[in-house]
Amino acid sequence: MANVAIHAEGLSKRYRLGARPRYKAARDVLSEVARSPLRALRRGSETSESVLWALNNVSFEIKRGDAVGIIGRNGAGKSTLLKILSRVTEPSSGRARFHGRLGSLLEVGTGFHPELTGRENIFLNAAILGMRRQEILRKFDGIVDFAEIEKFLDTPVKYYSSGMYVRLAFAVAAHLEPDILLVDEVLAVGDAAFQKKCLGKMGEVAREGRTVLFVSHNLGAVSALTRSCLYLDSGHLLCHDKTAIIVQRYLNETASGPVASTNLDQYRRDSRNKSPVRMTRIESPSQISFREDFCITMYVESEQKLDEAIATVVIKNAHGERVAVAFSWDAGVFVSLPPGRSSIRLKVRNMPLAPGRYYCDAGLNQSLMTASYDVVVDYPIFEVANNGEFVHWLDRPWGAVHWQDLGWEITSD
Amino acid sequence: MQSTDLPVSEIQPSSGWRTLNVRELWTYRELVYFLTWRDIKVRYKQTAIGIAWALLQPLAMTIVFTLFFSRLAGLETEGIPYPVFALTALLPWQLFSKAITESTNSLVTDQKLITRVYFPRIIVPIAAVLSALVDFLISTGLVLTVMTYYGVHLRAEIIWLPFFILLMLMTASGAGFWLSALNVEYRDVMYTIPFINQFWFFVTPVVYSSAAVPDRWRTLYALNPMVGVIEGFRWSLLGAGRGPDSAIFASTAVAVVLFVTGTIWFRRSERTFVDTIGSGGR
Repeated sequence: MANVAIHAEGLSKRYRLGARPRYKAARDVLSEVARSPLRALRRGSETSESVLWALNNVSFEIKRGDAVGIIGRNGAGKSTLLKILSRVTEPSSGRARFHGRLGSLLEVGTGFHPELTGRENIFLNAAILGMRRQEILRKFDGIVDFAEIEKFLDTPVKYYSSGMYVRLAFAVAAHLEPDILLVDEVLAVGDAAFQKKCLGKMGEVAREGRTVLFVSHNLGAVSALTRSCLYLDSGHLLCHDKTAIIVQRYLNETASGPVASTNLDQYRRDSRNKSPVRMTRIESPSQISFREDFCITMYVESEQKLDEAIATVVIKNAHGERVAVAFSWDAGVFVSLPPGRSSIRLKVRNMPLAPGRYYCDAGLNQSLMTASYDVVVDYPIFEVANNGEFVHWLDRPWGAVHWQDLGWEITSD
Repeated sequence: MQSTDLPVSEIQPSSGWRTLNVRELWTYRELVYFLTWRDIKVRYKQTAIGIAWALLQPLAMTIVFTLFFSRLAGLETEGIPYPVFALTALLPWQLFSKAITESTNSLVTDQKLITRVYFPRIIVPIAAVLSALVDFLISTGLVLTVMTYYGVHLRAEIIWLPFFILLMLMTASGAGFWLSALNVEYRDVMYTIPFINQFWFFVTPVVYSSAAVPDRWRTLYALNPMVGVIEGFRWSLLGAGRGPDSAIFASTAVAVVLFVTGTIWFRRSERTFVDTIGSGGR
């Protein structure tokens, strides 16, 4: 019990969606009110369709000095959990106990006023985040240094560039020294260099033995900063485990990439009239991590026996540019099929596709020279996720292929 | 492990009726100060004459009132020079009027704050009232100057003035708590403010003397706590009127009730502020 920082038990948050059923006309409502005013008043409170459990019976324990991530899809309850823990809103039921001073950072620059100067906003914002005046005075120079805004200290922040604004805001927040820090997505702002600096600062905070709870969509940042994670899904806590395990599970379970329709008729086809063979289905993972092996499987139906056809898979990036082209012929493989259903699987290993979304053209050709039998064009396959290898520059331009095993040599005279 | 000296806090759904948590407010006193300071700074930031507005407004009103009500309408003022008579009432009135206007919208204006950081929410309307108090204190200098100019001397009764200031603050913040909390749920409230202001102005003896109100209506009249406040100001500063009589109890009682119920209502509805504020009320 001694080294527990946060102990949460059965935290739940219920929201009501609209007070009354929507489908009723005002006339009906009025006549109902006239007939039985009391019942009309009571309605709307607790019908099950109008209640949303943003958080449902979530219990966990976090040790002192742990850096813990919160992962989940949009609407999983991550922000609601942080809002409850930071006391912005009350839980509908359940309780949580904290050991230590709590600081929350649900947004950078909370309470900044555009008309006030940088100096004035430092004081205001710091006070809002829970710092005492003495503390602010002591840390003032450090904040100004970190934000690199010394020259503009007495300029109203409405004249700041967005970069300066964010730097100042984060600088104040970074100098908050609570025992427990709750952070929500604040790293999604600012330029690359500053993001790197913020990540560094957050890592420092975690190393100093403070407890950090960190919500982000950026798996890279979560992997870099945290040792364990809470995985939320539609208000439920699915598990609490090591970050690497949860990130992998999250990648496996989420289909946030392009969602492919199973009906191939929706896609453009490049096919010969009266083709003896038809593509019926394409199978691929919806999300893979960087350099993860994957398979693309084509299901076909043939009317007759087919000899020496060529299977082809073209991988395209989100701009529709061809990234890689594979003909089975290249590998000396020719496709011979009996009449009926068959499947053709392409296994890809260690392909350095850069993070992003990918599409494919996949199908069968009669030969290299003649028209194709049947090729499905621009079929969405997967998203390659940035799994944390390149955290320090979150929105870097990737290109289509991520180079590896490069050597740099610098010579000067 | 020195975990024993870490403060332990707990969150859980609150229930029942709560009043002011004075101890918590005290730990947040610096935030009260900073929010008040911000309100004042921002109010006068882009103005040419800045904080002088705090003086100019009551001064201009006094001139207008003197012209119309004293010279033209010839209102009775118990032998006190009209400008002094009007100004001593305008000061508490303007505090009250500013305080309810500012505090009604305060929670909605600061909704980003409220939805991102925890602090006792009641600080927001309190800061709105306190920033009006700063204007009030500045213009107190104006009253003293005008009194000296008209040869009205300070009297011993002035020791009662703090009581009337307290009564004024209770009335203003009580109304502020009610209106700000209601405005989160029903944005209609802010549209009624100009009306409330005007109505309240006429049932308060700002431009006229409360001596004009027939005696049998006195207690009813004094149920408006601002009547007690303004009579008190005029009595303790100028010696106007008979001095506090039973009517002051009516005013004080209503002010206390307004303040206490306002606090309780605010504390009750603050639980759902964050959930309703973003959605524009019901």
